[in-house]
Amino acid sequence: MADFAPGARVRVKAMMPPGHVRTPGYLRGRVGEVERVLGPFPNPEQLAYRRKGDPLDLYRVRFPLGDLWDRDDADTLEAEIYAHWLEPA
Amino acid sequence: MPHDHHDHLSPSGHPYRPDQDGPLTYWQAMEIAIRELMVEKGIVTAAQVREQIDAMDARSPAQGAAFVARFWTDPAFRDLALRDGSNACAEMGFEVGPMRLIALENTSRLHNVVVCTLCSCYPRNLLGLPPDWYKSRAYRSRTVREPRKVLAEFGTILPEGVELRVHDSTADMRYIVVPRRPDGTDGWQPDRLAKLVTRDSMIGVAEALPATEAPA
Amino acid sequence: MTDGRRWHDMGGREAGRVVPEDHDYALWEKRVDALVILATTTGKMNVDGLRRVLEDMGEDAFETMSYYERWVASLNQNLLEAGVYTPSELGERIAAVQARGETYGDASNG
Repeated sequence: MADFAPGARVRVKAMMPPGHVRTPGYLRGRVGEVERVLGPFPNPEQLAYRRKGDPLDLYRVRFPLGDLWDRDDADTLEAEIYAHWLEPA
Repeated sequence: MPHDHHDHLSPSGHPYRPDQDGPLTYWQAMEIAIRELMVEKGIVTAAQVREQIDAMDARSPAQGAAFVARFWTDPAFRDLALRDGSNACAEMGFEVGPMRLIALENTSRLHNVVVCTLCSCYPRNLLGLPPDWYKSRAYRSRTVREPRKVLAEFGTILPEGVELRVHDSTADMRYIVVPRRPDGTDGWQPDRLAKLVTRDSMIGVAEALPATEAPA
Repeated sequence: MTDGRRWHDMGGREAGRVVPEDHDYALWEKRVDALVILATTTGKMNVDGLRRVLEDMGEDAFETMSYYERWVASLNQNLLEAGVYTPSELGERIAAVQARGETYGDASNG
């Protein structure tokens, strides 16, 4: 699993599996920049199914809003994404 | 606890609604049944349920407003709030809650707004329970795609030169927006300033009230 | 939905105007909220389990049930999974509650 520092460019994995995940569909496959590292939190994909959650780094990732909706737009969006949903971009 | 206060807000800042007098619904019967079973099985006590509701009723946007007013007037508190919002809550004597708080400061060039597209995450420890519209399909769907239009529907028109930043509350953080301090409030004490800080301004769909609209 | 995206994942979808409506919470709704918190602090469930069941209930539930109706249904499912009680224990208790009276107030005073 990759570690990312603030400023790193990351891509949200484009997969769309069924089940409980906390990665919004509209961000999958999109590229953003790590705004800050929030430290480890238990994996919600395990907690949801009554398992112990393995610790995972959580990142706040900033995206240009225009990139998300394929338009010119200077506004931005941030979301929290767990490490296992990110890959280097 | 029947209410008849249609034009008033409850202490929690929500309008009153009729309560126990309507016909019993299936889901209400299920709530009673589950509560009784949980008590009988020794998981909770009736007193704990009452205490939890009392704590819920004690949480309201007034706490968030006090947080914002102190942020505006106390530079050391502002630094703490930006570095560690949860610690800042503790410093105010508010419960910290299970989630970590991040304070988002609006400036002349940046305006923040908060949404939860996947469910309805909300900074309950500072603002109480969320308003219905925050949980609505319209708000959850559109705020990440056309946030300026959504703000306009709340009467908030952002100038072109101001960056709008949308925060999708997807995981373990909770967010409170610190609106810009209104002009003409120099020298105001925090208690007076707090009256200008509305719930909607701390979600980011509105600005704080102007000084001229301070409630008595 | 051919792309696998699920109904609750609403970000970016088409939707109408935001209607700034709100209501105060009824006592039974506050009790549901309190029970979910207490079931969480006592380790019988967690917030991700709450969400998982809400999501699996589907879009029809979102459209036809109120917020706390969905929450009490999810609370129940989580408590069943945790073995707090069985479906028939719940069923018998619901019948007993319904036999107590016509209103929530009357049925609460068992």
